[in-house]
Amino acid sequence: MDSTVVSTGTEGKTWGGGNQPLKSSYGKMMMWFFIVSDALTFSGFLAAYGFSRFKFIDYWPIADEVFTHVPFLHGQELPMIYVAFMTFILIMSSVTMVLAVDAGHEMKKNKVIWYMFFTIIGGAIFVGSQAWEWATFIQGDYGAVQTKGGNILQFGTYKTIDGEEVFKRISVEDFVTASHKEREQHENKNGLWFVEEDPLPAFSVSDIYHGLESHPDVLVRTQTINEEGEKTVLSRAASLEQVKNNGRRYVKGANLEVNEYGTPLFADFFFFITGFHGFHVLSGVVINIIIFFNVIIGTYERRKNYEMVEKVGLYWHFVDLVWVFVFTFFYLV
Amino acid sequence: MAAHAHKLEIFRGLIKFKSNTQKIWGVLLLLSIITAVEVVLGIYKPTSLMTPLMTPFEGGFGALLGNIVFSGFIYTKSLNLIFIVLTIIKAYYITWDFMHMRDETKSLRRLVVWTVVFLICYLVFILLQEGGYIEFVYTNGFVKRDF
Repeated sequence: MDSTVVSTGTEGKTWGGGNQPLKSSYGKMMMWFFIVSDALTFSGFLAAYGFSRFKFIDYWPIADEVFTHVPFLHGQELPMIYVAFMTFILIMSSVTMVLAVDAGHEMKKNKVIWYMFFTIIGGAIFVGSQAWEWATFIQGDYGAVQTKGGNILQFGTYKTIDGEEVFKRISVEDFVTASHKEREQHENKNGLWFVEEDPLPAFSVSDIYHGLESHPDVLVRTQTINEEGEKTVLSRAASLEQVKNNGRRYVKGANLEVNEYGTPLFADFFFFITGFHGFHVLSGVVINIIIFFNVIIGTYERRKNYEMVEKVGLYWHFVDLVWVFVFTFFYLV
Repeated sequence: MAAHAHKLEIFRGLIKFKSNTQKIWGVLLLLSIITAVEVVLGIYKPTSLMTPLMTPFEGGFGALLGNIVFSGFIYTKSLNLIFIVLTIIKAYYITWDFMHMRDETKSLRRLVVWTVVFLICYLVFILLQEGGYIEFVYTNGFVKRDF
């Protein structure tokens, strides 16, 4: 029976098998390969965002004018502050995660527990902040008119701040009074196929036109970015003309269909990319919690290594890494 | 895993940390400083950085090549270029020190990093090029969109 096992003469050599050229365990390597594929997914999204932005390069919303809110500080325009806070939270939770991995290498169970705990808290704060950011964006703040061509007309006045003439957006609600509107309700008892209807918008375009007429200081701002990198403000006559001829409906806030800050594509990509990232953070938190309890009940203590913490750590850092890019391309550039 | 040795120097050996924990805090400090710089630049947007550094070369094939080689300085605002460079620096330190890429073998490092970098550069080039082309058609191709 000596023919079943053939001696190839390569035992102990590189091609003899049994060696690990990458000096990395199976699990860690598979996590790296997953991260590679996930990184390509995210870069696909971000590159698609870049594509659409290049397509509308002179019409794209300016992120600093969109994300200006900070919780508890109502009515103040503070661009970047909240998102910088979110970024810092995520980096901080990355640090506690890597400290947990480090403590795991030294087999210090209690330290791993505490650092994992702080990581989970950081992740939860981040997801909560993102939910708040979404809610604020969906709700919107000033309202605008969408034109027949799908463009956005915003309203504002020139104000003197520190001796400088600055254009400030004003809320449509501040200068327009809604007229009385009624419409025939379609009901299924009337013999029609019952069709669902959207609620009537708060203002009709003619309401807004009348409001604009009676407030001589209010001007329209278009989506077009001028030479100075600011949105173009129309003259008084052009403002009235634009709303009268091209106005189609009143919009407030942002959703997948309309966006009071500019092109709906901006909102679509914002929801899709930050949503997909937020989902990663959420699943990261869930996986972290599972590992956290495993650490507490001593699974890895008995296994005599904390590599599982390291693997989930890799995923968590990756989520942080993606956020660094989302932060740059959505809020900075 | 006590035998698991960490490389403790960053900046090519310019700063050497005593322990892995110390290195983690050092990297956090670095990342925080970079983020702070980004936020400050993003809020104040210095006017001097709001235009590209160079103007496009004019002329024949040489100018075309020059425009491609220096495209980052010719077609991108300096401020955005700074943001992108700072982002890549941050990504480097997160991957190298938090994800311990510094301690992996050279082959694993290249396997992961080169693949991703190559594919992303390719994808970004194609999509941005096409986006710019569509913008060109919209602007110069008698397509009305201001209504």
